[in-house]
Amino acid sequence: MQLKSCVKNTAWIPGLFFLLVASVVISLTLGKYPLSLEEIFGFLSTSCGFGSMDGQKYELFKNIIVDIRLPRILAAVLIGAALSVSGASFQSMFINPLVSPSLLGVLSGASFGAALGMIVSHNWFAVQSSSFLFGFVAVLISVGIARLYRGDRLLMLILGGIISGALFTSLLSIVKYVADPYNQLPAIVNWLMGGLSMADGNTVLFTSIPIGIGVLVIVILSPYLNILSMGDDEAKTLGVNVAAIRMTLIFFATLISAMTVVVGGMIGWVGLIIPHVSRMLVGPDNRLLLPVSALIGAFYLVGVDDVSRLLFNVEIPLGIVTSLVGIPFFALVLKNARKGWG
Amino acid sequence: MLLRAENVTFGYTGRAVLRDVSLAVGKGEIVTLLGPNGCGKTTLLKVLLGLNRLETGKVLFDGEDISAMGQKTLARKIAYVPQFHRASFAYRVMDVVLMGRMPHKSFFARYDNRDMELARAALEKLSILHLEDRPYTELSGGERQLALIARALAQEAHTFIFDEPANGLDYGNQIKLLEELINLSREGYTFIKSTHFPDHALWIADRVIMMKQGEIIASGGPEDTITSENLYALYGREIDIHSLKENFRVCVPGRLGNCRMKKPTIRCVN
Repeated sequence: MQLKSCVKNTAWIPGLFFLLVASVVISLTLGKYPLSLEEIFGFLSTSCGFGSMDGQKYELFKNIIVDIRLPRILAAVLIGAALSVSGASFQSMFINPLVSPSLLGVLSGASFGAALGMIVSHNWFAVQSSSFLFGFVAVLISVGIARLYRGDRLLMLILGGIISGALFTSLLSIVKYVADPYNQLPAIVNWLMGGLSMADGNTVLFTSIPIGIGVLVIVILSPYLNILSMGDDEAKTLGVNVAAIRMTLIFFATLISAMTVVVGGMIGWVGLIIPHVSRMLVGPDNRLLLPVSALIGAFYLVGVDDVSRLLFNVEIPLGIVTSLVGIPFFALVLKNARKGWG
Repeated sequence: MLLRAENVTFGYTGRAVLRDVSLAVGKGEIVTLLGPNGCGKTTLLKVLLGLNRLETGKVLFDGEDISAMGQKTLARKIAYVPQFHRASFAYRVMDVVLMGRMPHKSFFARYDNRDMELARAALEKLSILHLEDRPYTELSGGERQLALIARALAQEAHTFIFDEPANGLDYGNQIKLLEELINLSREGYTFIKSTHFPDHALWIADRVIMMKQGEIIASGGPEDTITSENLYALYGREIDIHSLKENFRVCVPGRLGNCRMKKPTIRCVN
């Protein structure tokens, strides 16, 4: 609240955008083969046809920057933005501070799908498709269960999510149990810890389209999200088609969070804490909160990924770092965050 | 008649909550629903708001069936002022009032200057413009209720439906609320509200509708409906109606008065 009054609301988005771009450029310099900022800019101007860099060096830089580092950093940007936006929209929609993108079972379903893909196929694309598919199936089951019964729509959806999440967690255990313990099981466990080492240019390119569209649609619907958070009856009497808007939001929030699993496995806590941090900075109005969450989430994950690949000689799975940072942080902000719920 | 319900029957899975309810509300009237807990007041209000799909009967606004009107069109005509409700997020008061502009916006449109002006005017009208930047969750109960009325004003609907607006308000704010309702009704706004206070009906209602177990048991002007007999039928308690001065009456719980004043040895139960 104090911070909020110091910065003009409209200044947040360009400011954070600049911060994000800066963090991306700096992250490009970091790695086993350190590059200086001049080298990065030298490479950029050469690839635009202005600079003069000798051929061999250019090829080396191209390999490091374009083939290795850039896809990974862009993956961090996409995942951070997607998880934060989907978390923020779920929190508003369900009027609940403890909600994260995993609420309706999408992450459990996607993990099961990925694990299943790994034991039945060696094709990476098949693993990704199966992950995405089961992420959606899990949410359909939650929504289906919620529709079976009368009563409080939101509560029913949350209960449906718990049931569906538990179902896919059990199914995942079965897959782990039958997996070959020497090759497949470690691969599954690694995947579940989350990481960006598998993020290649094609995957990033392929997932950036649905994630971009999903984030955009949710941001466009943000005024409706404000109204939904006042409760169903009020929203309807304000002329909002509650069921249609909510289903659209759930669809796109599910789409983008399933996509994050496709790129980087299970990355926890981002979708929970980033919306809290953003709300503390800019307040609860979703029209500002959603874009700010996206930018802060992207910035955060780029930073965390730098830590996870540089801190030790061996890369630490990203999901472990986000949890280790997220949990104590969440405990600290909880006191403050509760203010937002009156 | 502005708003009319005809033979409305409504229930959840077999249990009828409303049985053959008909009513008519004229423009500029303040209509008060009275009845014990669970008698169907809230359900009836939701039916009038078009929130419940009806099995039999219909609700007409200006002669037009509201189920055929569409949520957005209806929202421009009837506004809902909910009960002192659970706070969700700490939106600014201004942002909450602006939500009332939603039914007037096309799908992708954003709030513009005119919306801001209307929202300000609504706050101004209720003398709470100074609250515009305050977080809605930090308002007192009375201020929050006024902010929600401001939202209904910004909605440019002229019929307001209130579900127990006085609930949870302190005495001063209850009276202030009643004063604002009278002021607005003089400007042609129509109110339908439920309440647990027969006094409020005596003081400001043009028409009273008494409900018990999903049926209307009495309806008419407050002087005809708010009688000891009817109140006993509704609440099972002996209530006396006293005239204080011309055209001003109050309810006094008879038995309470008796056992405190006159017969201190009598136990105060049925």
